[in-house]
Amino acid sequence: MGSEKTTATATFHATRSTAAARTHDRVATGVLAAIVGLILLALVAIIGYIVISGLGKLFDWSFLTAKPEQFKEGGGIGPEIFNSFYLLVLTLLISLPISLGAAIFLTQYAPEGPVTNVAKTAIETLSSLPSIVVGLFGMLVFVLSCGWGFSILSGALALTMFNIPILVRVIQQALEAVPRDQRDAALALGLTRWEACVHVLVPAAMPAIVTGVILSAGRVFGEAAALIYTAGQSAPTLDWSAPITSLANPLNVMRPAETLAVHIWKINSEGVVPDLAAVSAGTAAVLMVSILAFNIIARVVGRSLQRRMTAE
Amino acid sequence: MADISDKRGIERRGRVLTGSAVALVVVLVCTLIFMVCSRGLATFLTDGVPLSSFLGGTSWNPHQNDASGVPLVGALPMIAGSFAVTLLSCALALPFALGASLFVVDVAPSFGRRVFRPMIELLVGIPSVVFGLVGLSVVVPWTRSWAGGTGYGILSSSIVLAFMILPTVTSLATDAIAAVPDSYRDGSYGLGCTRWQTIVHVEVPSAMPGILTAVIMGMTRAFGEALAVQMIIGNAAQLPQGLLTPAATLTSVLTMGMGNEAMSTVYNDVLWSLALVLLAMSLVFILLVHLVGRMGAVRNG
Amino acid sequence: MNDDATLLTQEVTVTYSGHEALHPTSLDFAPGTVSALIGPSGCGKSTFLRSINLMNREIPGCVIGGRVIWHGENVNVADADVYRLRTQIGMVFQQPNPFRKSIYENIAFALRRHGITNRSELDEQVERSLRAAAIWDEVKDKLKESAYALSGGQQQRLCIARTLALGPEVVLMDEPCSALDPIATFAIEDTIHDMASKGICVVIVTHNMEQAARVSDNTAYFLLGEMVEYGPTGQIFSAPKDQRLDDYLTGRFG
Repeated sequence: MGSEKTTATATFHATRSTAAARTHDRVATGVLAAIVGLILLALVAIIGYIVISGLGKLFDWSFLTAKPEQFKEGGGIGPEIFNSFYLLVLTLLISLPISLGAAIFLTQYAPEGPVTNVAKTAIETLSSLPSIVVGLFGMLVFVLSCGWGFSILSGALALTMFNIPILVRVIQQALEAVPRDQRDAALALGLTRWEACVHVLVPAAMPAIVTGVILSAGRVFGEAAALIYTAGQSAPTLDWSAPITSLANPLNVMRPAETLAVHIWKINSEGVVPDLAAVSAGTAAVLMVSILAFNIIARVVGRSLQRRMTAE
Repeated sequence: MADISDKRGIERRGRVLTGSAVALVVVLVCTLIFMVCSRGLATFLTDGVPLSSFLGGTSWNPHQNDASGVPLVGALPMIAGSFAVTLLSCALALPFALGASLFVVDVAPSFGRRVFRPMIELLVGIPSVVFGLVGLSVVVPWTRSWAGGTGYGILSSSIVLAFMILPTVTSLATDAIAAVPDSYRDGSYGLGCTRWQTIVHVEVPSAMPGILTAVIMGMTRAFGEALAVQMIIGNAAQLPQGLLTPAATLTSVLTMGMGNEAMSTVYNDVLWSLALVLLAMSLVFILLVHLVGRMGAVRNG
Repeated sequence: MNDDATLLTQEVTVTYSGHEALHPTSLDFAPGTVSALIGPSGCGKSTFLRSINLMNREIPGCVIGGRVIWHGENVNVADADVYRLRTQIGMVFQQPNPFRKSIYENIAFALRRHGITNRSELDEQVERSLRAAAIWDEVKDKLKESAYALSGGQQQRLCIARTLALGPEVVLMDEPCSALDPIATFAIEDTIHDMASKGICVVIVTHNMEQAARVSDNTAYFLLGEMVEYGPTGQIFSAPKDQRLDDYLTGRFG
């Protein structure tokens, strides 16, 4: 509170020439508004640039379904699109239960104490790690030590590690936002903390949880650094009729699977594709449109769930 | 009515189930730290590379050995490069982040909530490869056009990184400024101060710990960014000779080198040492955030 | 009193992280009686109430000391069956807090979790408890609708019904009418009389002295974490023994 007094004294001296102060104020407000305007402009420009430069390829059906070409023009991203979605689904299937369990434990069973502190530090560390380090760890453990090689499984597990801190925070916040007396009411009826959480808190937090999960899907969808050395950079041609153990079967989790994001990085670092710029732009546009779609779906679904729950 | 053992069983099973989820995460993190450390330290402990020549050496050519038979694995160029892009991108982003936060909290809060915040969230959603691509096709040619040279380098990378960390720094700074108690502002207005004077003399100093945290989190993100930087920095493992010449960062060298080398060679081990430096810096950043938080708590009583 | 069904508290204390918020308190509650706990804000009456059904244990760092004797046994022990205890000692809260489910589900939910799954038995219990809370006629045609469509007073009566469905012998009420209008308040006071006449022991925390005078047989006065005086309601209000209680009643503070 002492700082309040000294700053007040400082400002008193500053107010002596009030006309100048008022001009400063107006100029400053203008500068702040200009800053915000610039940022929004840049944002629109970036997203617009991505979508527009890839527009040609974006609506090109053969681009969206064909397989990539190495030294010829006209390569597509069909397998990459499938791989990106397949990896996303697998990652969510693995990371969601783990994150839900961890979030429930942290909010219900151990709100304070040494156990929680260790857990919170671990999650904080995981969220601060560069994703390339997660990818390297994935390569060391899943690809090499476990012997799975570059595979969807390795990639999904690396993405899970990347996604867990995000989901745990989302779910924890959603659970803590439910009013306390909902939990108290359930406990006062002789229910266990587990039942109170699963049957009262989680349903009440569902709109926020769903929104958060879909938004995290957008982050996972665009992730590349963790995948380059786990899911790999090759995309075998997909053949739905091949047996599940063959590399060509799309659902085989032991096959390498280049995703859209990894594809952009790979072709730009190798530089052997003749229509590099067009393919990159098209892939980026597809990525961007998908992520925007995730954002919109997240908000729409979240809002409708919320409305259904409170207006019932 | 249900039996007591049922309820106790339910509670115990729930606790065990969720507890194992937490345990799994903790085990994963510990395993990761352990493996990065053990592989990263192998360079010094088994391959015999002195720590000083790693941290201080300026020649990065792992396939060659120097006069005493030790591979040329000086990481100083990459360490310098990483710090350079981190500091420069933060310096570029901070004025914009702070300005936007002040606008959103003090000047137009409803606009901020309804328009600005959702739009900034969109920036978070843009994948790093896409930033790298835009950097390659827009920023690099632009830099080349007025500065000559190749256009790759620390400046171009920092510009792109500044955009990437902008949402993080802005949202944390906004939270920090919004958290300043209204009573502080009211006190200042009551003395006849203008809004700008209140901002400069009361709000920003009071929100300083939160703003510092925002900057540190931005630095964390910038330091660890791999792909976008690797696409734009030029990948020349030499000490940065300026903002406009190709350089390298820890992450860019790591990205390029990791897939190529067989296990247990010195090159491979030394790449893990780079990863170890990255890991160590992440932990340093976390520590800094906690320290700043504690200082802020002490100051605000 | 050695009656098995009496609820006894002996030297009960509540400590939050080392700081004693409730000093040793001993009170007896007989079945079929209504006891009011009065006192200014923060005096410990709600804290004491929440010790009876061991709800304070759900707060991290909170320790309940002393003995709570229920059916002849001390339940304030580490391995107590809190789950069964709370079906026998129910609680109604200050803000109506129905679950975000239908009216039917609000009551059936806990019954199901306690092992009653037969549909017709559930229907019967739901109707019985809604009647006991004097709200059956108002909701019988909209049992499947959301509980949040009800008014505040109706929601609180739903919460009472939810508690009564488990067949408790004691109902603890923590300022149940403070968020309600006078008409809803009187409806709930009628329900309290009704519960008592059916043999349920009611313990009600209230900051409203007139309400305490209306509904209760016995009244306890709390101040600064200490139980100052306890006795029949009539005597408490007309002839208080402790000077602090007298000050409170005459409005000298509080």
